[in-house]
Amino acid sequence: MPALKAAAELNSSCAGLVIHKKEAGDRVIALAGNPNVGKSTVFNALTGMRQHTGNWPGKTVANAQGYCARNGHGYVLVDIPGSYSLMARSTEEEVARDFICFGSPDAVVVVCDATCLERNLNLVLQVMEACARTVVCVNLLDEAKKKQIDIDLPLLSRRLGVPVIGTAARSGEGLEDVMNAVEQLLGEPSPEEKQVLVPYPGYVEQGLRALLPQAEKAADGKADARWFAARLLDGDESLRSSLADCLGFDPEQAPELSEALADVRAGMEEAGVSRTRLRDDMAGAFVRCAAEISRGIISMPANGSHRRDRRLDKLFTSRLTGFPIMLLLLLAVFWITISGANVPSALLADGLFWVEERLAAAAFSAGVPALLTDLLIHGVYKVMAWVISVMLPPMAIFFPLFTLLEDFGYLPRVAFNLDRCFKGCAACGKQALTMCMGFGCNAAGVTGCRIIDSPRERLIAIITNNFVPCNGRFPTIISIITMFLIGGATGLFGSFLGAVILVGVILFGVGMTLLVSRLLSRTILKGVPSSFTLELPPYRRPQIGKVIVRSIVDRTLKVLGRAVTAAAPAGVLIWALANVTVGDATLLAHLTGFLNPLGRALGMDGVILTGFLLGLPANEIVVPVIIMTYMAQGSLLELEGPALMQLFVQNGWTWTTAVSTILFSLMHWPCATTVLIIRKETQSLRWTAVSFLVPTVCGITVCFLFNTIVRLFI
Amino acid sequence: MKQTIPLTQIRPGRRATVSGLSAEGGLRRRLQDLGLVEGREVTCVELSPLGDPTAYEICGAVIALRREDSDTVLVLEEAADASA
Repeated sequence: MPALKAAAELNSSCAGLVIHKKEAGDRVIALAGNPNVGKSTVFNALTGMRQHTGNWPGKTVANAQGYCARNGHGYVLVDIPGSYSLMARSTEEEVARDFICFGSPDAVVVVCDATCLERNLNLVLQVMEACARTVVCVNLLDEAKKKQIDIDLPLLSRRLGVPVIGTAARSGEGLEDVMNAVEQLLGEPSPEEKQVLVPYPGYVEQGLRALLPQAEKAADGKADARWFAARLLDGDESLRSSLADCLGFDPEQAPELSEALADVRAGMEEAGVSRTRLRDDMAGAFVRCAAEISRGIISMPANGSHRRDRRLDKLFTSRLTGFPIMLLLLLAVFWITISGANVPSALLADGLFWVEERLAAAAFSAGVPALLTDLLIHGVYKVMAWVISVMLPPMAIFFPLFTLLEDFGYLPRVAFNLDRCFKGCAACGKQALTMCMGFGCNAAGVTGCRIIDSPRERLIAIITNNFVPCNGRFPTIISIITMFLIGGATGLFGSFLGAVILVGVILFGVGMTLLVSRLLSRTILKGVPSSFTLELPPYRRPQIGKVIVRSIVDRTLKVLGRAVTAAAPAGVLIWALANVTVGDATLLAHLTGFLNPLGRALGMDGVILTGFLLGLPANEIVVPVIIMTYMAQGSLLELEGPALMQLFVQNGWTWTTAVSTILFSLMHWPCATTVLIIRKETQSLRWTAVSFLVPTVCGITVCFLFNTIVRLFI
Repeated sequence: MKQTIPLTQIRPGRRATVSGLSAEGGLRRRLQDLGLVEGREVTCVELSPLGDPTAYEICGAVIALRREDSDTVLVLEEAADASA
């Protein structure tokens, strides 16, 4: 059973997070909560860090930590993945559970969504059972107010017996009070005996009492004894390995506890209590307690509080308008990107090349050797200038637009609309979310696959993530489309045509994702679709100013920095390859000559394939490598105007070269970073190899077929 | 006496009360965590464009469930004019 094996091979992630304290006395605070309640926003505001935030469940898939200091105490804050309960069902929930239960945080702040507080209380109660010190932070009060939801926070605090702080994290409201409450709580002596807030049904309590003495011994102060006993009774499968890893607990080593557990279980069976009923009663205890506690605390308008959301959902997810709007949005984003990027790209190119001439002139008059000038200014600088002028404008437009959609809450609707297609391929609809993350960065997309519960479906999502072009490949594809495929159309029409073609490319990638997912589900990852639950969060008004600043500073500049740092050494490498002669030709000529037959068969040439090969560290440098190689092979080219296109045409590019290069860019091996992440996520060389080969084989096949067909007709 | 039916049969806009779950294991636990326990009210919000999954309002949150999964939730449908 390959699927079962896959399950065994998947990384079950670890609570083994290394906490970076600045001083031994620093306190560790965990931020827990349901998915999409604003934990990361709270975390960012308190630590001054910039974890990715956005309005969809599952952005945080790994523990992140940050630091803040106040009143002479240092605090390490740990942002943990959102989870509905501590009875974990997915990898990211396991990460959350393991840290809360075994990471020994000094306190846990449970962040709740004020607009659906009752369900959030379920997790609050579970956390309170496991941890002695809990602070409840009722977030999104601003959203709740808009929906006329009112919450009696003081009463909630009295009923729970822990501090309850209301916040609106996006505007920073109340966050200071959260830390004050934490500080005060940690200043008090720990309670002698923890109050039992959630009572289980009588027969369960009786069983717990029988287990408690042994459980206390086994837990050894590393976990709450009552919680530990309850989980043992519950028989949570996923917990077993964590217990072994984190507490060093081995049932064999505690025969008395195992015996007591067997006794209690036998007693229950005799009384006619099935395992299912026991588990139901234990889970139900929390849900019912949450309902009881929230009674009289939450007041909502009688006619429903989410009417605006439902109207928007009618628009974005109905049978009639759901898909057309999805396509229009995609088209609009790309059209704005392409048309908006044209002019600044040209201006940047002009400016940067003007600087190049000045630099070269200055170097000449300063007596710098021509060789060095050639390498550094006409080589490395020129390539970086190209990277910047081609990549910066589209990214600076695309990222903010995409982030706006993300902030608004549109992405989960995409998953909702497309789930049926994924189900048809025996995959998970949340794969659509991981694909959206892939637009930003495939490595992030692969990590994001943790939101998929089923290990089999998660592997499918990991293997196919590369069919979504990441931001390293976008500018490549956009610039090739603009140069070769819009037939000289200019202005708004030209950019519209470009956007249509780009949407076509993306849809082709989505089609390949579905096709390959289906093939995988029928072959090496056989299985049936597993269960699927997806939360559709309330729409939120995006904070436009913040989004623009954040997406430019955090995403655009970061990606650009990566591109530039990868381009410079590649420039030197290319220069070296082009200047070291072995036999009758340079190393570069040997390499491109060797790859040329394969490149030609795929509608490209040896130089383009060399670009993709050397682009393994970062896709951003594929085009720069191609440019440098062409330039190193030819004589010095005086490039004016649409210089890039001239260079390509001089080297034999036609529209079929352009299409083949776009197809191969869409489908080839993942970049080195992504490969490493896949290795880490799957814990398997075999699945890493599969993830490397599947898109590569697809790209080679599609390019070969495309060119064979074209040759038949032309 | 009203009949117990699967949640799948509840049409958009209609409300029902959970009477039990037939799912086992992880799914059962997940549905319970989402608030689907006996006595809880559920409203069917709408179908996705391709007819599956369907969005339900549970505990103030909107959750999408596939047909196979909502089939395991047993409910009693409320009369059309019933209020909370």
